[in-house]
Amino acid sequence: MNRNAAAVVVSTVIVALGLAGCSSSKKAASSPSSAAPAATSTPATSASAVAPSTGTSSAPAAASSSAPASSAPAAVETPSISGTVVVFAASSLMATFTSLATNFEQAHPGVKVVPSYGGSDTLAAQITQGAPVDVFAAASTTTMGTVTKAGDGVATPTVFAKNQLEIAVSPSNPDHIASLADVTKSGVKLALCAATVPCGAAATKAFAAAKLTPHPVTLEQDVASVLTKVELGEVDAGIVYQTDVKSAGSKVAGVNFAEAASAINTYPIVVVKTGKNLVAGQEFLNYVVSPAGQQILQAAGFQQP
Amino acid sequence: MTDVAADTAANTTGGRTRGADPRVRVPYALFVPAAIGVLFLILPIAGLLIRTPWHQLPSLISSPDVRTALRLSLETATAATAIAIVVGVPIAWVLARLEFRGRALLRALITLPLVLPPVAGGIALLLAYGRRGVVGSEILRVFGVSLPFTTAAVVVAETFVAMPFLIVSVEGSLRGVDVRYDHAAATLGASRLFTFVHVTLPMLGPGIAAGAVLCWARALGEFGATITFAGSYPGTTQTMPLQVYLALQDNPDAAIALSLVLLVVSVAILAGLRDRWLRA
Repeated sequence: MNRNAAAVVVSTVIVALGLAGCSSSKKAASSPSSAAPAATSTPATSASAVAPSTGTSSAPAAASSSAPASSAPAAVETPSISGTVVVFAASSLMATFTSLATNFEQAHPGVKVVPSYGGSDTLAAQITQGAPVDVFAAASTTTMGTVTKAGDGVATPTVFAKNQLEIAVSPSNPDHIASLADVTKSGVKLALCAATVPCGAAATKAFAAAKLTPHPVTLEQDVASVLTKVELGEVDAGIVYQTDVKSAGSKVAGVNFAEAASAINTYPIVVVKTGKNLVAGQEFLNYVVSPAGQQILQAAGFQQP
Repeated sequence: MTDVAADTAANTTGGRTRGADPRVRVPYALFVPAAIGVLFLILPIAGLLIRTPWHQLPSLISSPDVRTALRLSLETATAATAIAIVVGVPIAWVLARLEFRGRALLRALITLPLVLPPVAGGIALLLAYGRRGVVGSEILRVFGVSLPFTTAAVVVAETFVAMPFLIVSVEGSLRGVDVRYDHAAATLGASRLFTFVHVTLPMLGPGIAAGAVLCWARALGEFGATITFAGSYPGTTQTMPLQVYLALQDNPDAAIALSLVLLVVSVAILAGLRDRWLRA
């Protein structure tokens, strides 16, 4: 019995040492390999429709030139990119980033964009925990701040869109909601985003500006969950973005309110150091801020940065 | 003491073929995957303990928010377990003792929540018991109440996810109870219900207890169905797991501290069950 126990202990220690060895050698090997694609990138042969912007708005141009990964080739020609680009985007960007990803893939054969959507704060927490993400698009500068403060951003984030809150209600608006005050009435079931999520922070700001106290029945983890609860009819009203109301089509109706103007969200985007394909990530970012990308965003109801 | 047990086991099981070998022969190669497996299971717990902000711990877990969430979790898990016992034990009896067409199908349907992703379960609950749900809309029309976003909804979600654990456990115990005791009671003139209550049920006690603890633990940890069906609001529907998830976004230390609380509760459950499982 003692012999058996000893054998277990010995093999456990051996395995532990083995694992530790593996992880440290992997760490050492990973830094040169991530730098490799940047060195081997050659100018592309195809002139793509989504070539990076050269002199559209000042902010995107500044960001792309300050990014170290693609500073040399991006200014002249599209670098040859391949592989998978992992994009983390705020829940409210789901519709637009899905079509942006499709367009980008068509313009760059061999590149696969894998978007993942969620509450900006959830995504930011995953990135600071080391999730291998190439591009992060958040719904607020505060949330982006947690990523850049942790040193995970390659460059200063670029603001690429703005979005305004709107009240989402059932298509027939049975409770006759016409203002922000109406959603605070008793008997109106209201869904909000949690205060840690950008849509929740903005809603808090809007209610403060209107000097109203909301009585929500639930504080959801992302804006998509709020919209779903309105679409399913489980709540009477939800505070979401104008873009969400637009993307939901006939399933919900939108009610604009004056106080939304004092709680406008800005959407920053950045290439993330934890990513494995930073060159392609930068190229995707360039596409998002390009006129072609902006057109898609604004068609969905986003405002110009 | 273990050696004695091993000897006994070897003598009884291997007695047919090689009664002379007193010791279990150890295939040492198994230790490597076993050790990897043990590490894999233990390291996350160790990580949690290592990273726990012990100095701030008292203040982190004694805040009113945490106490509210913990109390809500304990209350809803207990209520869900009580419902599961009242409804689940009869279901287990039907599954274990009655032969009928479609029993296998019934068992599959009842244990479906065991394998169903909890979020999918939450959506299903919304579509059934939600305000616009198949049953929920009728409830709203007749009684004027709607279930989602209430504490009752948390109990419903937890019962939905956790009850199969109790049913499966109790059904297994029922199959181990000799049905001839029931027959003997019947020959002595006991009614069917009397037989169930006074003969079957007492012998089922340990099985029900084990199933109830499993059910309670599963209910305590429920996240997906709860957040989907009941939403998340402090004091009403925000249970401990939901608060852990929320805390992870803006205060990771608090999330770790809350996880530690749930870990302590889980260890307490394991300790309570040690006679049943750990020494099996």
